[in-house]
Amino acid sequence: MLDRRDFVRRLLIGRGDLLVVSGLGASTFDVAAAGDHPLNFYLWGAMGGTAMIGLGLALARPDHRVAVLTGDGDMLMGIGSLATIGVKQPKNLAIVVLDNAHYGETGMQPSHTKSGVDLPGTALACRFRHARAVSRIEEAAAVRALLHEGEGPIFISARIKEEDVPRVLPLRDGYAIKQRFVDTLNTA
Amino acid sequence: MHSPIETSWPDAIFAQLRRVGIRQVGYVPDAGHSRLIALCRADPDIADVVLTTEEEGVGLVAGAALGGQRAALLMQSSGVGNCINMFSLLRNCGFACVLLVTMRGEFGEFNQWQVPMGSITGDVLRLSGFLTYRVDNAEDVDEIVGAGCDMAFDGNLQVAFLLSQRLIGRKQWTR
Repeated sequence: MLDRRDFVRRLLIGRGDLLVVSGLGASTFDVAAAGDHPLNFYLWGAMGGTAMIGLGLALARPDHRVAVLTGDGDMLMGIGSLATIGVKQPKNLAIVVLDNAHYGETGMQPSHTKSGVDLPGTALACRFRHARAVSRIEEAAAVRALLHEGEGPIFISARIKEEDVPRVLPLRDGYAIKQRFVDTLNTA
Repeated sequence: MHSPIETSWPDAIFAQLRRVGIRQVGYVPDAGHSRLIALCRADPDIADVVLTTEEEGVGLVAGAALGGQRAALLMQSSGVGNCINMFSLLRNCGFACVLLVTMRGEFGEFNQWQVPMGSITGDVLRLSGFLTYRVDNAEDVDEIVGAGCDMAFDGNLQVAFLLSQRLIGRKQWTR
């Protein structure tokens, strides 16, 4: 099982102009802990919508790579978006689900994946080109390479430990998060 | 038989979407929007995104805007109810949104199961922060949709158009 902070930090090392969308709660905190960046779009709400924000961004910017980092609860709530992404086949989109099989923000109630519901299998059935689970930190480098160079749509279920880690709080003002992202991307 | 003006309102909407530079259109298939959907699908400059549920489209609009593209959403009035929490993304971040809603559950609706949502669609949109414009006549479509699109994209506002059941025609139950 992975240490979530260490895994996300390794994914985002030397990220260049990778565009990152992070799901509400712990995933946003993990991305912030790896280092604040103007090309991070941090969500603090809109549960279930993270993957679709990634799709809209990937379609708009085929010249960039887009990485969605989110939790199993958010992905399950928006599970239909896997089918929607499967239709569009964005080559530049990767989704990384930080899967601890629990709803961490609400008291660690078990999620569907705890009962064996198979998210990578769902993604494959939805025509993702690559979909697999990883659980060893040595695999982080390969996942990082997929984010930058793999042919999407890509789906990674990162099996992380069931642990509480300290919160690292980034910007919370939605206007500021959006404007910083847009200004940076469009002047790059 | 339809008169020319009745069959051209989707074309008028499409022309306005083109004028303001819409590059992505998210939709849940809908009979009232069938011509507009076909026009969007046939346009190589527009990415058409068929959604499994309407709230996916709210995320699509936000993602498109982050990437510098304008998007529009097409849905039936029932779909507005599916979006309520996701609309908070638009307000929290000031994402422009153009939402074209074909109305059910009003004016001659044959299926009463459409009425509970159709009768509150406009109120739900207003409570969710949308400027909401109702269109009853085909000859008003161009002007109202054009003005609303400009408000949305000039001001980063959320604008919804309710295309009334009188405009789109009562759904015929018998085939």
